Amino acid sequence: MSEVILSVRNLSVSYLARRGRVRAVSNVSFELHAGETLAFIGESGCGKSTLNLALIRTLPKTGQIDSGTMIYTRRDGQQIDVLKLNKQEHRRWLWSECSMVFQGALNSLNPVIRISDMIYDTAAAHGIPREDARKQALDLLEKVRLDPQRVFNSYPHELSGGMRQRVLLAISLLLRPQIVIMDEPTTAVDILTQRSILDVLKELRRELNFSVLFISHDLAVAAEIADRIATMYAGEIVEIGPVEEIFYRPRHAYTLALLDAAPRLSAGAEELHSIPGSPPDLIMPPPGCKFHERCAFAVASCHTTPPPLRPTHDAACHLVACTESERVLAAQRKIMRQ
Amino acid sequence: MTTPLVELRGVYRTFVKDRQTIPVLQDVNLSVQPNEILCLVGESGCGKTTTGKIIVGLLEASAGEVLIQGKPRSAYRRAEQAQLRRDYQIVHQDPFASLNPAHTIEQILSFPLLRHKLVKSRAELRRRIWELLTMVDLTPPGDIVNKYPHQLSGGQRQRVSIARTLTVQPRLIVADEAVSMVDVSIRIGILKMLHRLRDEFGMAIVFITHDLALAKYFAWRGRIGVMYLGRVVELGPTPHVIGQPAHPYTRALLQAVPEADPDVTRRKQPMRLRSDDIPRLTAIPPGCAFHPRCPFYVGRVCDVHVPHLDVAEGFAQQVACIPVQQGQLRPYIDEQAGG
Ligand SMILES: Nc1ncnc2c1ncn2[C@@H]1O[C@H](COP(=O)(O)OP(=O)(O)OP(=O)(O)O)[C@@H](O)[C@H]1O
Ligand SMILES: Nc1ncnc2c1ncn2[C@@H]1O[C@H](COP(=O)(O)OP(=O)(O)OP(=O)(O)O)[C@@H](O)[C@H]1O
Ligand SMILES: [Mg+2]
Ligand SMILES: [Mg+2]
Repeated sequence: MSEVILSVRNLSVSYLARRGRVRAVSNVSFELHAGETLAFIGESGCGKSTLNLALIRTLPKTGQIDSGTMIYTRRDGQQIDVLKLNKQEHRRWLWSECSMVFQGALNSLNPVIRISDMIYDTAAAHGIPREDARKQALDLLEKVRLDPQRVFNSYPHELSGGMRQRVLLAISLLLRPQIVIMDEPTTAVDILTQRSILDVLKELRRELNFSVLFISHDLAVAAEIADRIATMYAGEIVEIGPVEEIFYRPRHAYTLALLDAAPRLSAGAEELHSIPGSPPDLIMPPPGCKFHERCAFAVASCHTTPPPLRPTHDAACHLVACTESERVLAAQRKIMRQ
Repeated sequence: MTTPLVELRGVYRTFVKDRQTIPVLQDVNLSVQPNEILCLVGESGCGKTTTGKIIVGLLEASAGEVLIQGKPRSAYRRAEQAQLRRDYQIVHQDPFASLNPAHTIEQILSFPLLRHKLVKSRAELRRRIWELLTMVDLTPPGDIVNKYPHQLSGGQRQRVSIARTLTVQPRLIVADEAVSMVDVSIRIGILKMLHRLRDEFGMAIVFITHDLALAKYFAWRGRIGVMYLGRVVELGPTPHVIGQPAHPYTRALLQAVPEADPDVTRRKQPMRLRSDDIPRLTAIPPGCAFHPRCPFYVGRVCDVHVPHLDVAEGFAQQVACIPVQQGQLRPYIDEQAGG
């Protein structure tokens, strides 16, 4: 596999709420390789957005990074801990090294500012001459299959939801970052619009070779776009590995449960199951494995001892935090054979 | 054939906005049989909710006929009309918006039972509420009755709104994006519950969604209607519509949607449309509304003649596409599909 460009170690993030401290991300470690797409999946509230907001250090005021390191490797090979950058250094890091596309971000933008002005502002903040920025932008708008001249001079409200999302993707690539973070970029858009966003993303990725941290609660989108998948539950990564491993040989009871709740068009009549209960309170999380209360595979030790995230026997690139992973895998094989 | 619970015949619906008349539904023909599952799918703004509201009588058709068990609503006496309003219910997308935050779950369920005099005593009221909560799997009911909506999860709230529609023992429920806002992991539980309620009480369910995989799962033993710009373009048994789609628009949707299976989804070959632009309702293209985007478009046919929903050689479903009806477009069979 290609070299690691981002290495996150033991990252914990919490929010201060009236009832106490919400442990939204606990002790998360993962690596991102050059050119790969890593997708985070998991139920609402499991910490996907918080993790990624922490990576770009734009948490809301009540949120704080409690611990961890985040080593980023620049193109020249120099390594920096993003959490140690001062404000100004960090601002420069954003956009030029790491940018983001959030769902509906253009909706919240100032409607009287043209796309061109957004592009000029971003470029100016990083000392890029106007003319260079314009050329770059027109080129990128073309790449995301938009009419460059028309879109460059338009206001956000003149564009459809799908067009806006593609404009955002183009702007995020303006300074050629190595990493793009995308939080639910296709949620709430129509099927054909989603298709064109996904196609454009895949094309750009092939051409420009950036890495993507992709957040989605939609397993189908993750299956299509990701090289690797990380399953999150209650603020932790409980399983991480290549997309085929996660979908065809899941080792965590929670990943299996998620897959077992996802309908497939190609599957004919299906027997699906939802996950009983609901995710735990992140202020007072349960002891042991946080999933044990909802888990069909739980044994006595799951109630008391949190299982560490460690490589599986037959695939070193596939990590899982589940003591019953062999039984989970066997159950998956049975489902597949049906 | 039994008399349909509701039948739309050539239904049109317009709205006036900024002094412009917007045709939201055009020539919609649909019926719902007792105990049937009918799923309406299509992209945002194609008229699914409007159709659902016409089915339950919350909206009137601008033109065309709406027959309730064989007769127009106006042919029923006033007392009968009140009963019809109870028989046809709708569950909305956002359970938070539709449940009064100031009332406990017990109160929320009591109101319709008392208003329609469906219980005779306090003991019966209590028993009925317990029964309703059990039906929607909110057990034990004792843990729920005294709670307020904000103290429940999204999935639990949606179960409460379903329980509320069940208070009046409807014969038909329109579930409008009823699980779109609840988490993927618990959606299936709510859908299974709806299936069970249908089996037990013989209700019909009109299920509205923009999620094709969910539609396929929920309506596998029922029918799917695909809508585009205010018209039903394909209608038939779910395994056929999903496995051998007839209309080019349905094919485009099915080929475009990602699948929760890496190999299958990466092998798909999405259809390249002639245009990505969705026409506005105020400027619907002449002839077939899909023709400016359709890769199978036939000049001087599709841009001139409006196709009507009808049978087509080689298909079990009805389709509104002239080339398909004339046998110029063969069935597309997705070798992945299990249909
Ligand atoms: N500003 C905040 N203050 C307090 N708690 C918060 C705040 N933002 C998020 N949380 C909590 O932190 C946890 C993680 O939330 P986060 O938004 O990261 O989840 P997510 O996985 O992105 O969910 P979704 O799929 O719904 O977007 C949740 O329990 C949430 O309630
Ligand atoms: N009361 C109204 N006044 C004006 N226009 C309306 C009204 N209700 C609906 N419309 C318009 O009618 C069209 C169809 O709306 P409808 O809500 O039926 O679509 P839908 O298929 O349910 O869409 P969605 O998937 O977004 O819920 C839309 O363009 C909508 O803006
Ligand atoms: Mg989120
Ligand atoms: Mg709607």
